Amino acid sequence: MLVIDNLTAEVDGKPILKGLTLTVNAGEVHAIMGPNGAGKSTLSYVLAGRDGYEVTGGSVTFRGEDLLAKAPHERAAAGLFLGLQYPVEIPGVSNLLFLRTALNAQRTLRGEPEVSGAEFMKLARAAAETLGLPFDMMKRAVNQGFSGGEKKRNEMVQMHVLQPYFAVLDETDSGLDIDALKVVADGINALRSPDHAALLITHYQRLLDYVVPDRVHVLMDGRIVRSGGAELAHVLEAEGYSAIAA
Amino acid sequence: MTAALPTRRDEAWRYSDLKAVARHWPVVVEPVVVPAGEHRTDIIRASEDGIRHLAISIGAGASYRLTILDAGRSYGRIALDVTCHEGADFQLGAVLVGHGAQTIELATTVRHVAPHATSRQIVRAVAGGTATTSYLGQVAVAREGQKTDASQSFKALLLNRGAAANAKPELEIFADDVKCAHGAAIGEIDRAALFYMASRGVPPAQARALMTRAFLSDALEGLDDASIEALDAEISAILERAA
Ligand SMILES: Nc1ncnc2c1ncn2[C@@H]1O[C@H](COP(=O)(O)OP(=O)(O)O)[C@@H](O)[C@H]1O
Ligand SMILES: [Mg+2]
Repeated sequence: MLVIDNLTAEVDGKPILKGLTLTVNAGEVHAIMGPNGAGKSTLSYVLAGRDGYEVTGGSVTFRGEDLLAKAPHERAAAGLFLGLQYPVEIPGVSNLLFLRTALNAQRTLRGEPEVSGAEFMKLARAAAETLGLPFDMMKRAVNQGFSGGEKKRNEMVQMHVLQPYFAVLDETDSGLDIDALKVVADGINALRSPDHAALLITHYQRLLDYVVPDRVHVLMDGRIVRSGGAELAHVLEAEGYSAIAA
Repeated sequence: MTAALPTRRDEAWRYSDLKAVARHWPVVVEPVVVPAGEHRTDIIRASEDGIRHLAISIGAGASYRLTILDAGRSYGRIALDVTCHEGADFQLGAVLVGHGAQTIELATTVRHVAPHATSRQIVRAVAGGTATTSYLGQVAVAREGQKTDASQSFKALLLNRGAAANAKPELEIFADDVKCAHGAAIGEIDRAALFYMASRGVPPAQARALMTRAFLSDALEGLDDASIEALDAEISAILERAA
């Protein structure tokens, strides 16, 4: 599904990713944990193709294609989804318009017919209900006036409507109370299937109690320094990152 | 007819394209009278070069809603001289779109000459290329204009480096019990929002158009759905042609 090989990247001329190698197979959920400033969000932005995050070496292959050769919107259409650590507000553009525009833009790029207004509303309603986001909020401007938790739920609503092959979720669990965390975890689990995969970026082992990962990786200073099974998250929680690095 | 050809020293013309002004001078003042107690709504679509000067009188207890869509002309100026009588209500929503080397200006003077009149002006401008969009908004409250409630809001979106926007709010208040609010902001399309849209699959040009349209839509607030839909479609077409 996703093969990252010896990836290096810099921001403002400063090297952040320093040779990162990681393979996630279809059907798997991996978690990346690591201290603040390790480069977790940078990795997610590099995968999504954000301006200013410059790849200086290595490669990323997504479903057999060179991911880095594609523009950001083409990566989305190819089935990559990024749940942002800090979802962006878009004044004056409603969630529904945003999401419908996105879905149809992706479908157009893939050569599929657009969905009708009625079909779209059905998808949006179902997704909002699954993620416990009141449907009225779908009519409001994207993320404007949303609490931290509502923004994260909204990211998940988008993921459910867009149905990506691969989701990178950057600290989707932070800012959530325990009930919301369970709802979001259920939402992630609902998309687990042999054709899908996900990379969960998190600080806490909490989310991983509900979405049990196949692999856990520790990212420090731009590199994966250790990988293991789900139990590694518990070791980290007990011993901290410094013990791992030593 | 208005007076002599303006010069750069005239405050109201400081951002103008004076060569173009000379071609359209003199300007015939067009009167608009809204009789006391009546309600009137107009939409002005300005797409051909020229200057218009409307002298608008809104009678006691009357209301006037004016929507302006000024786009697609190389030089354009609309001047409004509005007089609000007792309890009158004036609502302006203006969309200015400048591309290429266009100069688009809106100059308003709203005079509150009697008590309890309200005015609300929302002006949204988009400038691309080396275009200049300007809003000169004067509010004059006479001694008799107690309980005036006047507001003006100007926001401009610059689509690239060479584009410009000017805002010149001017309040002249001689009554003591009034509310006058004004705000002006000039900015660019939010790059974080562009990335967010791209990360969801929306191509850059489409994302820009969507955000620009949303930005302009403030000026259409309060119109009926059919008018909003029609104007929105016109604006989309204009932005698409310019892109
Ligand atoms: N836009 C940016 N401009 C400058 N430095 C940045 C930017 N984004 C990230 N960095 C730097 O890159 C490093 C990694 O940051 P980040 O990827 O956000 O870490 P994490 O998500 O693991 O906390 C940090 O040192 C941070 O200061
Ligand atoms: Mg981060």
